[in-house]
Amino acid sequence: MAFDKLELNETEVWDGNHAAAQALRQAQVDVVSAYPITPSTAIVEGYAKFKSDNLVEGEFVMVESEHAAMSGCIGAAAAGGRVATATASQGLALMAETLYQASGMRLPIVLNIVNRALAAPLNVNCDHSDMYMVRDSGWIQFDAFNPQEAYDLNLIAFKVAEDHDVRLPVVVNQDGFLTSHTAQGIHPLSDDDAFNFVGEYKPMNDMLDFEHPVTHGVQTEEDWHFEHKARQHADTMNIVPGKIDAVFAEFEKLSGRKYNQIEEYNMDDADVAVVCMGSSVETAREVAGEMREKGIKAGVVGIRVLRPFPFAKIADVLKDIKAVAALDRSAPGGAAGALFNEIAGSLFNTDSKMLLSGYIYGLGGRDLTKKHLVDLYTELQANADAGKLLTQQQQFIGVRGPKLAFL
Amino acid sequence: MSEMKKIKNLKEFSTSADRFEGANLLCPGCAHSIIVREVLNATNDDLVLAASTGCLEVCTAVYPYTSWDASWIHIGFENGSTAVAGAEAMYKALKTKGRLKQPDRNPKFVAFGGDGSSYDIGFQWISGCMERNHDMMYVVLDNEVYANTGGQRSSSTPIGASATTTPAGSISYGETRNKKDMMGIMAAHNIPYAAQVSPNKWKDMVKKIQKGFATEGAVFINAVSPCTTEWKFDPKDTMHLADLATDSLVFPLYEVIDGHEFNITYRPKNVVPVEEYLAAQGRFKHLFKDEYKYLIKEWQERVDANWAYLNRREEARV
Repeated sequence: MAFDKLELNETEVWDGNHAAAQALRQAQVDVVSAYPITPSTAIVEGYAKFKSDNLVEGEFVMVESEHAAMSGCIGAAAAGGRVATATASQGLALMAETLYQASGMRLPIVLNIVNRALAAPLNVNCDHSDMYMVRDSGWIQFDAFNPQEAYDLNLIAFKVAEDHDVRLPVVVNQDGFLTSHTAQGIHPLSDDDAFNFVGEYKPMNDMLDFEHPVTHGVQTEEDWHFEHKARQHADTMNIVPGKIDAVFAEFEKLSGRKYNQIEEYNMDDADVAVVCMGSSVETAREVAGEMREKGIKAGVVGIRVLRPFPFAKIADVLKDIKAVAALDRSAPGGAAGALFNEIAGSLFNTDSKMLLSGYIYGLGGRDLTKKHLVDLYTELQANADAGKLLTQQQQFIGVRGPKLAFL
Repeated sequence: MSEMKKIKNLKEFSTSADRFEGANLLCPGCAHSIIVREVLNATNDDLVLAASTGCLEVCTAVYPYTSWDASWIHIGFENGSTAVAGAEAMYKALKTKGRLKQPDRNPKFVAFGGDGSSYDIGFQWISGCMERNHDMMYVVLDNEVYANTGGQRSSSTPIGASATTTPAGSISYGETRNKKDMMGIMAAHNIPYAAQVSPNKWKDMVKKIQKGFATEGAVFINAVSPCTTEWKFDPKDTMHLADLATDSLVFPLYEVIDGHEFNITYRPKNVVPVEEYLAAQGRFKHLFKDEYKYLIKEWQERVDANWAYLNRREEARV
């Protein structure tokens, strides 16, 4: 029985979860192996409903845990077809072991992470501690700032992951609730355009090719393990960025929507800048615009590709900025924020005189308000004027009680 | 239609095309390779195989070598079952979509795991696969111990066995808990077919494996795998140990269809005392001290009671 296509309107009102589910439908995913968890549940519920309504032909395997969800994805991907799933927070933590297995086996799986805080204390709301937990797991990692991007980046993710020169799994992050449950006007591609963009799945080393038996998931010890890991890192650093740019360019041609590894806003002549991720990028852009009216040349850099981290692009965009704030939405656990460290690593050993400070914000879904950002830009301008940091290097913002500052 | 091989004698086994190569790193006398070969050689159909982390996995796929001439995957310790379930889901999807490269084939999906990965760490994953009734076979290579990591107890380790985490000592007789009834638990999923097998009774085993392959849906096989290293017997005695296990009824051979239809498939003509089974293994050596002899008596009583229970289940058909 052939499946039915959907006639979509030029503008649909979708939240981030539904946008991601629609992208999975249009990509004609072969297997979704999944376990529900707030706030990502609606993605797999959406896929299940598409299946019940004959809008997809793929298999939906509703497993008994997130670890099993990714285990099933790995088996399905190794068998040779398009695979996707979704999770968040505790589910991602349970899944974490298998993320390293998926990337080490170079299987092109797309994982939606709907970012949510990690317990304890238990919390269902947005922060980026789950995103950060698996940032070094060998997956390519995209970040959507709004529902439209959650849709677009899912289509892009399949195309990047399944390229035979890449063969790496891809995470698409979006903010829990702030993006996943916020309905906005979305401009989807038609079903045919979307599928033609992603393309037919081209199997490689597929277990279901019985004329060419293949062994997946071998053991290597001190004799070969390092070479496997090093080679994979080399591909991630050398090959993947160009592939991402090429797919971004192809998507722009099709949709008119331009994506970049880092998204710059008012950066050309900026004196001060905020670097952040998720829905905060849009808040920061709004405030940066308003700061211009107050005479502060404010800019924003949104991180679109967290892995491979765009070191050179960050160094290039920030090198002449006087004061930069790295916003990290994750408890740093006795260290600087992850974004702070990556930016510092990008600019260290350069001639840049940039002053870098780190801000920890928004844990467990605490709002980042415009007032927070106005104060932050004002603080950055003061640093720029003084030519040195007037505050401690790491500050917590939006938290009750006495001011917390470190380093 | 799937193709069942006619295997009438051991020679037909030995002349089958091996999809599991003799070139592997398993211990001399290990029953794992015998069981795996008996499973794979039961069919001419294509195979999609998985192994959970364990002896079988670390001894057969060490880069750049592989002992497998069939599609094979290993992910981790707990998820060999789900790896195959995922592959089976992909097979169904590609079949629906008309994208199979060899659409005329009739592949069998089989996952292997030791008792550590099956009774313990991968228990939930197997339960999930059985409950969802994937068209797959899960085979436990049950050597009643974490052999790959050097002999720690698992929930399959029986009472009185000395394991490295339940060692016999001046005040201990070793493992204090009875072996988990994995067959009972898996059969309780009401899966179409569950069976206990032993490599020495190869005709019984082939019959059950072929029955499993002919079954649509989830199949669970528990295979006793005498472990020369951890049970502590001479490697040449592997089949003798398997004989003692089946003929003492410590390891009864039976099948359960649809969760309720019990069939005992092997009734030893001469039942061997459990004591002989225990005496043949170093792991039970300490039980023969005077202060622990009561445990041997209890062992026999437990085995007798279990045999009586299985017979009642067979008769009652419930």
